[in-house]
Amino acid sequence: MAIALAILPFVFDRWLGSVDLLTRILIWGLFGIGFDLLFGRTGLLSFGQGAFYGTGGFVTAFLLTSGTLHSVWLAMAIGVAAAAAFSVIVGYLALRRIGIYFAMITLAFGELSFFLENSPLSKWTGGENGLPGVTAPSITLAGLDYHFAGSWPSYQLVAGCYFLGFLFARLVTGSPVGAVLTAIRQNPLRTAALGHDVQAYKLAVFVLAAAYAGGGGVLLGIFQSYMPPDAFTLETSGQLVIQTIIGGAGTLIGPTIGAAIWLTLRDLLQLLPAIGDLWKFILGLVFVILVTFMPNGVVGTIIRLWSRAHPPKSEAASAAAPRVAAAVRDRLLAPLPVADGTQASATAPLAIDARDIRKSYGGIRAVDGVSLALPEGALHAIIGPNGAGKSTFLKLLAREETPDSGTILLHGADVTGSDVTAAYQNGLSKSYQINQLFPDLTVRQNLRIGALGRARGRLRLDIFRPADGFAEVEAIVAALIEELALTPCADAVVNTLAYGEKRRIEIGLALASRPSVLLLDEPLAGLSPSEREGVKQLIRSLRKGRTIILVEHDMDAVFALAERITVLTEGRTLAEGTVKDISGDPRVKEAYFGGAGLP
Amino acid sequence: MPTLPQFLSQAFNGIALGSLLALIASGLSIILGALGVLNFAHGAMFMLGAYVAFVALGAWGSFGAALALGALALLALGFALERGLIRFYYRRPPEDQILVTFGLGIMMVEAVRYIFGPLSQRVPLPGWGQGIVNFGFFLYPLYRVQVIGMVAVLLLAFYVLLYRTRIGLVVRAGIEDATMVQLLGTNVQRMFLVVFSLGAMAAGIAGVIYAPLSSVIPNMGEPFLVECFVVIVIGGLGSFPGAVVGGIVVGEILSLTTLFNPAYAQAAIYAVMTLVLIVRPRGLFGTLGRA
Repeated sequence: MAIALAILPFVFDRWLGSVDLLTRILIWGLFGIGFDLLFGRTGLLSFGQGAFYGTGGFVTAFLLTSGTLHSVWLAMAIGVAAAAAFSVIVGYLALRRIGIYFAMITLAFGELSFFLENSPLSKWTGGENGLPGVTAPSITLAGLDYHFAGSWPSYQLVAGCYFLGFLFARLVTGSPVGAVLTAIRQNPLRTAALGHDVQAYKLAVFVLAAAYAGGGGVLLGIFQSYMPPDAFTLETSGQLVIQTIIGGAGTLIGPTIGAAIWLTLRDLLQLLPAIGDLWKFILGLVFVILVTFMPNGVVGTIIRLWSRAHPPKSEAASAAAPRVAAAVRDRLLAPLPVADGTQASATAPLAIDARDIRKSYGGIRAVDGVSLALPEGALHAIIGPNGAGKSTFLKLLAREETPDSGTILLHGADVTGSDVTAAYQNGLSKSYQINQLFPDLTVRQNLRIGALGRARGRLRLDIFRPADGFAEVEAIVAALIEELALTPCADAVVNTLAYGEKRRIEIGLALASRPSVLLLDEPLAGLSPSEREGVKQLIRSLRKGRTIILVEHDMDAVFALAERITVLTEGRTLAEGTVKDISGDPRVKEAYFGGAGLP
Repeated sequence: MPTLPQFLSQAFNGIALGSLLALIASGLSIILGALGVLNFAHGAMFMLGAYVAFVALGAWGSFGAALALGALALLALGFALERGLIRFYYRRPPEDQILVTFGLGIMMVEAVRYIFGPLSQRVPLPGWGQGIVNFGFFLYPLYRVQVIGMVAVLLLAFYVLLYRTRIGLVVRAGIEDATMVQLLGTNVQRMFLVVFSLGAMAAGIAGVIYAPLSSVIPNMGEPFLVECFVVIVIGGLGSFPGAVVGGIVVGEILSLTTLFNPAYAQAAIYAVMTLVLIVRPRGLFGTLGRA
């Protein structure tokens, strides 16, 4: 990268117009690195990045042209900080919605800032005229002043900033934060259920992207010694999106390549007299074709072709990985001890104590006054016909939904008002009826997302350590892979695996937090008889003193595994007792087989 | 302080602008609701309608011909785009659909810029639209009253189509749950085609009606697109009443704020949008559970 930045200006100077063109490409590229973290990594498509590009540029330009500040470097830093601060407000509002709505709202805020710049704030921003006369910074080295004005010095400044920005982005993507952002793009709900505060991470990356945008805007003003108002327009935000897609989202370098293609083509096409006026139409057409046929962009496609020609050799490596001894696994996968304070008062500690839980959807009472008290270490099954409210009850226990009334105590602490992220952090996790995995990550990366959740807490911006840098997390992941018999495919991408393997990863994600309470929603669903035996064995070996609630339709499995059973019908508890009580209870048979009219 | 006639005249302007916004936004909103596609080319389609008016009124001077031609042209364009491109995008992530329509919008604007030039051009008022209405205590341009009337009729027709016909029932069911409609044996592909074409037509008709009020310029659709987004956020996704009420609300805010301080007119609609996002994130008429 450093070498390319040193050589390329000579190439541009000689053959492709001028150094200035490359400087522009790098400014767009820096702007794009932030956007790539936001869109390519986290999947948040913002159409309002111009708002922060403009904010950064105009704040710095105002501070310098008005004579408020004499230190150019300080003015630049304040410009970036102002863009980031503005993005906290916009992000807080826009991130309340996802997908299409997020794109619309960010676009609207982009337009809003353009109007603010243009009229109410025109006294300070120059309105339609922008701010001319932005000064460039200088440094003093060994008693000599070096001023970053003019083509080559500007390039050095911009290239330096770009290089630092790129390195920083690499740090972020390689860190646990980067791993969580990738997880959010692939499955935000599961990421939240694995103990990560998804909203906070989204806001963090939104602010980071805005800081990059601000930096790009600051450099634009200094490079041109003029800050143009069109930095705020939809055209700016749109061009950024287009360049990122053309270059390849999720690659960091993609937006720069896209900018190079866009700006070079624009300059070249405008020179051709026959199509000069149609250059933007042609680029629009190219964009539509690229989006349709090459959604990975130029860089993404190259990476794909490359990795097809050179398949990774990780599978051999994982087979050679040291095995984790059973005793070590037992220790690593045993439930983490529960915080002492919550339990101290309870005489007979209950792991779960749900009292009179109710939940209605519209007119349907899905759960209608169910209570369940389980001592620590119990293996309890919940059965009942379809629609009895079993899955809803589990959702309420896992805090994915909030009950209309009733209280839920986890180890004696009231968790009725907490969310699914907090539940995971407190040692309560759930494996889902329908697999909720991160399909484009490997098995190891999937399990790591889960283990990181409990090890790092809801939010941690530890960008200076690698994602696999937690020894304790890696040990748990290795133990899980062994325990789940996933060693041969540990480094395979999940969506290439068979259903039975995915099912075991699903359980593994719930286990990665070393929970004290584990909820299993139909873990055997869709498995073959031999796979069922394997998962049944797994459930037995998972107990290690933890409390397990099992919802399952396979009665043989339920009777073989559970100590006590609750039978739900129509949202109410029909019966509760030991396996023997339940299997002989005529009411249960009636509920299952329909005994209406029988004596 | 503005006088009462000034206030009333701006309030009328708000209804005229708002009803046009309602017409454009309802097209955008049903496409979004039924197909899940946020059509970023919708503003450009509105612009195309305005240029059809510019050409047709210049050539024949007949507003009726312009209206018919604008409606047909955009209906055909919507039809062709859905069959040729958009339908391949239903299975792709919503971001891809935004990107492809964004690109299409650029192509439309640039094609018009190439053919008609980048400058704004005036579109004459139709003969029957010239003149002033005397409301007794204030005077108001006749054509704007007619705009309100025309859009009201069109919105009513839209309402009847959506709420009183079989195809409308399918469309509304599709907005609730397109997969379920398909499972029940209805040809969803055809419904998507109809909705996309009709949505494009609504934008085109709005463009024809709007053209004589102002002048035409290639990028005239962009502010309308953004204002429609605001309308949809305020009114609620996929909701026809939401689009209508949201349109009028946004139109009135724009017009009435202009009365006091034009510089804040645009900022005011975003302030209201922000308020709705905080107090009622799903929008005034939106249903829960939709992204």
